[in-house]
Amino acid sequence: MSTAANETPRSRGKAPAGERIADWADGRLGIYSLAKANMRKIFPDHWSFMLGEVCMYSFIIIILTGVYLTLFFHPSMNEVQYHGSYVPLQGQLMSEAFNSTLHISFDVRGGLLMRQIHHWAALIFLAGMFAHMMRVFFTGAFRKPREVNWLFGFLLFVLGMFTGFTGYSLPDDLLSGTGVRFMEGAILSVPIVGTYLSFFLFGGEFPGHDFVARFYSIHILLLPGIMLGLMVGHLILVFYHKHTQFAGPGKTEKNVVGMPLLPVYMAKAGGFFFLVFGVIAAIAAVAQINPIWAMGPYRPDQVSTGAQPDWYMGFSEGLIRFMPGWEINLWGHTLVLGVFIPLVIFPLVLVAIAVYPFIESWVTGDKSEHHILDRPRNAPTRTGLGVAWMTLYLTLLVGGGNDLWATHFHLSINAVTWFVRIAFFVGPVLAFIVTKRICLGLQRRDREKVLHGRETGIIKRLPHGEFIEVHEPLSQEQLHTLTAHHQYEPAEIGPVVDENGVERKVGTSEKLRAKLSSAYYSEDSQIPKPTVDEYKEITSGHGHH
Amino acid sequence: MKKLSARRRHPLAAVVVLLLALAATGGLYAAFAPAGKAQADDSAQSLTIKEGKKLYEVGCASCHGTGGQGSSDGPSLVGVGAAAVDFQVGTGRMPAATSQGAQVPRKKVVYNQTQIDQLATYIASLGAGPNVPTKEQYGPGGADIAKGGELFRTNCAQCHNFTGKGGALTKGKFAPSLEGVAPKHIYEAMQTGPQNMPSFPDTTLSSKNKKDIIAYLNAVNGDKTENPGGLELGGLGPVSEGLFAWIFGLGALITVAVWVAARTAKAKKS
Amino acid sequence: MSSQDIPEENLPAEQDHAHGAVGVADEENPFADPGLPPHEHRIQDIDERAARRSERMVALLFTVSMLATIAFIAAYLVIPNDKSIFVFPIGHLSAMNFTLGLTLGVALFCIGAGAVHWARTLMSDVEVADDRHAIAASPEVRAKVHEDFRQGAKESALGRRGLIRTTMFGALALVPLSGVMLLGGLGPAPGTKLRHTMWAKGKRLVNMNTNQPLRPEDVAVGSLTFAMPDGLQETDEEFQTEIAKAALMIVRLQPDNIKDKRELDWSHEGIVAFSKICTHVGCPISLYEQQTHHVLCPCHQSTFDLSDGARVIFGPAGHALPQLHIGVDSEGYLQALGDFEEPVGPAFWERG
Repeated sequence: MSTAANETPRSRGKAPAGERIADWADGRLGIYSLAKANMRKIFPDHWSFMLGEVCMYSFIIIILTGVYLTLFFHPSMNEVQYHGSYVPLQGQLMSEAFNSTLHISFDVRGGLLMRQIHHWAALIFLAGMFAHMMRVFFTGAFRKPREVNWLFGFLLFVLGMFTGFTGYSLPDDLLSGTGVRFMEGAILSVPIVGTYLSFFLFGGEFPGHDFVARFYSIHILLLPGIMLGLMVGHLILVFYHKHTQFAGPGKTEKNVVGMPLLPVYMAKAGGFFFLVFGVIAAIAAVAQINPIWAMGPYRPDQVSTGAQPDWYMGFSEGLIRFMPGWEINLWGHTLVLGVFIPLVIFPLVLVAIAVYPFIESWVTGDKSEHHILDRPRNAPTRTGLGVAWMTLYLTLLVGGGNDLWATHFHLSINAVTWFVRIAFFVGPVLAFIVTKRICLGLQRRDREKVLHGRETGIIKRLPHGEFIEVHEPLSQEQLHTLTAHHQYEPAEIGPVVDENGVERKVGTSEKLRAKLSSAYYSEDSQIPKPTVDEYKEITSGHGHH
Repeated sequence: MKKLSARRRHPLAAVVVLLLALAATGGLYAAFAPAGKAQADDSAQSLTIKEGKKLYEVGCASCHGTGGQGSSDGPSLVGVGAAAVDFQVGTGRMPAATSQGAQVPRKKVVYNQTQIDQLATYIASLGAGPNVPTKEQYGPGGADIAKGGELFRTNCAQCHNFTGKGGALTKGKFAPSLEGVAPKHIYEAMQTGPQNMPSFPDTTLSSKNKKDIIAYLNAVNGDKTENPGGLELGGLGPVSEGLFAWIFGLGALITVAVWVAARTAKAKKS
Repeated sequence: MSSQDIPEENLPAEQDHAHGAVGVADEENPFADPGLPPHEHRIQDIDERAARRSERMVALLFTVSMLATIAFIAAYLVIPNDKSIFVFPIGHLSAMNFTLGLTLGVALFCIGAGAVHWARTLMSDVEVADDRHAIAASPEVRAKVHEDFRQGAKESALGRRGLIRTTMFGALALVPLSGVMLLGGLGPAPGTKLRHTMWAKGKRLVNMNTNQPLRPEDVAVGSLTFAMPDGLQETDEEFQTEIAKAALMIVRLQPDNIKDKRELDWSHEGIVAFSKICTHVGCPISLYEQQTHHVLCPCHQSTFDLSDGARVIFGPAGHALPQLHIGVDSEGYLQALGDFEEPVGPAFWERG
């Protein structure tokens, strides 16, 4: 990092240029105080801590390529005739939005690449946020003091979904138009105000002439603006809280162990931006995405089979596909439950995961800060709930692609739909039970390892003929790492009679809390970690057997 | 084996497993991706009804009945026309292995074109129906590809997908992929409406319309079709794109992240 | 930002002792934290030749990046935009997209790989422990802030001057309503628009393929035809909005196969005309199976039985497809005998 300026001897009297610029800036912006706190900030190294970076960088890539696309895209629904270079559409009537997207794809040099990078980066952005969110969930990184940041991240994910939806609807192609029509139908199902909402959104009847222009300002200004603010807030909080870390020797709740921002993390994180961009550019070079020319311009009377949204909207597609067609007609009004129930469950699926941190902290009653991450096995109930939620999500994704499951695995689409209907209720329960069992098994294995050492795979024959496997005692580092986690006691309902002998009323919420707490932390839900005494007794008692 | 089990705990083991999983996924994709099948299409001259009848009695009569009047195992063939026979036998759907199952799939063709023509002539003699189209009718000359595209999206894409990759119907039935299907057979399918496909007779979808549709299909789903952006990913839309983004997009980025965050090799311990 | 804002500047004193990772081997507690493991040198730390190799590797990566950027520029300038090439195993693709994407990808990836390789092999890899500081303020700061707030609140007299408080909250609560009102311009009121389509008595059914009015003899049993009302042109300004409601699906059944009496009454010689717009959320439904007479929606798999009044037999749709009452005019063309009797497309609150 040494520059020519740095090598100038100080004794000449004049400070190097870089230093003088920094001094100038400090006098006006106070950058030294900022740098003092942050320049050598420590970041722990773990690949899963970089999932958030994947999201941030793909978001930046989306903004860069998105700005480029706005230079050529015309957000207008005026009908024009196509005269560009894609032969199979020549002479077709289409909206200006579709026409200009074709222009970007076929007539602007590098335009197709920018479109493909933009769209691939969007899919990866959402996938990255999902994976990042799951990482945070399963390691318990959402606990105090990071609950607010969890919500920021959650909002980013939800807003990302809608930014994606408004984005892929802009080209006004046959596939996205079908998606917009679905949205119109969903809005119409809202009781009392649905029809008005729909007319206000589309400027009249579907599809009207306005929705592309309206989606455009939502897609390029409103939603990304909010997301940018949330992302900056998210980052500030990451800096402020300092990063979490996994348990290990030398790592405590009161420190953070890793590499300093300058230079190592600067190089790694900065380099990672280029790596992410490079990988996405290469994907955009070899894999086609959203070939709107093949789908054709939108017409409300045309459709293609296999009409699905991008993956992050897929679970809502699953909800709507497996729902039975319930409709209630009463007193001259229609309650379209077949559409409205999925519309209500859609946010609930998301909210379920968003509020989890608050439920868990209420159950544990724990007010302390947590900076050491949990291994998922050490929080079996949480891990089980997380896997149950993911099972629900995946089941809905399967439901959203039921026609492709049918064609590619030679199944009946009706059977796939029925499978999803049942799995929606049964799958998460099974997943919870199985996951919890697996976690407890892994906890038992850790306990064995601590108490009896690591299995070496070496079989020894004792003098009297018995075969044993040699166990190698763990090092102190390993012993510490495997026993560092905190185990809660199930909360109990306090004494029903207070010290004056007066009967106290036990509220339902207190009862519920005690019940949940025992579900979380009773002996069925966690294996007590080995104590020092147990360890000493075994190690001093009868050797390594 | 011992070596392997020792390395199982190596920090890079997870990466190796991930790579293997990626390779396996790719392999699976290659295995499941629809493979094209080309078919020779020679036209032959017609032969006598007699010879067609002989073939019919050996290969078809057990299900369709003598004289083509149908039975419980197969529909009547009176009036289906030569085009239907040419399509059904020419794509290998007939003779069907069984009358059970959701629908009869395309398979290896049993008869040669001469025999098919003989059969078709015989069936046509049982009752008037659509004739086998001529090359002029389904050939590319004078076709309007863009008009064909619009017609395809109105009449065909709802079942066969926007570039004819196929799609699901009810209860295990499906609209097959149109990849590698001979133009003549596409024309005949529109004319005759095989199995559950509705027909699109010349009275509602003119001969010129059909020609346009075939030309469009050839442009967007032929051997020479360009996918400017690269891998077509099955041409199925967002589902395969999403899978690709997760497995190869996020997968590749996580692999890179593992490298970025991994400890550098230490000098000692050798 | 002044230094006061930075929490590191005013640390709670009791946290200071937790200084990093000075591990103590503990005889009493075998599970005690042994502290950070001693730093182990990398090959590059002790072998200058290895360090040189790393340096060359980093430089090579940066050089490859430069070359790739030059290749990108060359490709941008030289390759014709419509050139198609065959790349195994991808297939035919745009030469421009492929080359630009790969060169850009390599150029970016190599910068990143170079930087990371540099960080991993040549920058210090000594792990450092940094102290955390309590997020919450110390009790003194907390007390001071509360005191300041109380003082400020008292000076504002907001609590004492109830009239000001009430009117201010009232004004603030009302003023956003202007914004809500302005949103009223987004669209017209629905009125009865969703109840009517272009179909009316005497409108001929025009075949969407040929743009010609249909005659009954054109429509064969087992065939599928789509129609729009006479007078609607693709070039019309409101074409999209009109076709979104008026699109029609026409099939012919054997009259004996029609189970629903009204369907039979509204048909003409077995020719039935149903709305093409799904009653679920409005997809153009048209996956017609001519042997079962079922029609399937490709979007959400609602299945309707066209031989039985198009009632729903599977999937999320809530009611049957609306049927258009058709007949034949004096010139022998199929015509509508009125508009749909119920709203087409997705259900809505006022549908009833």
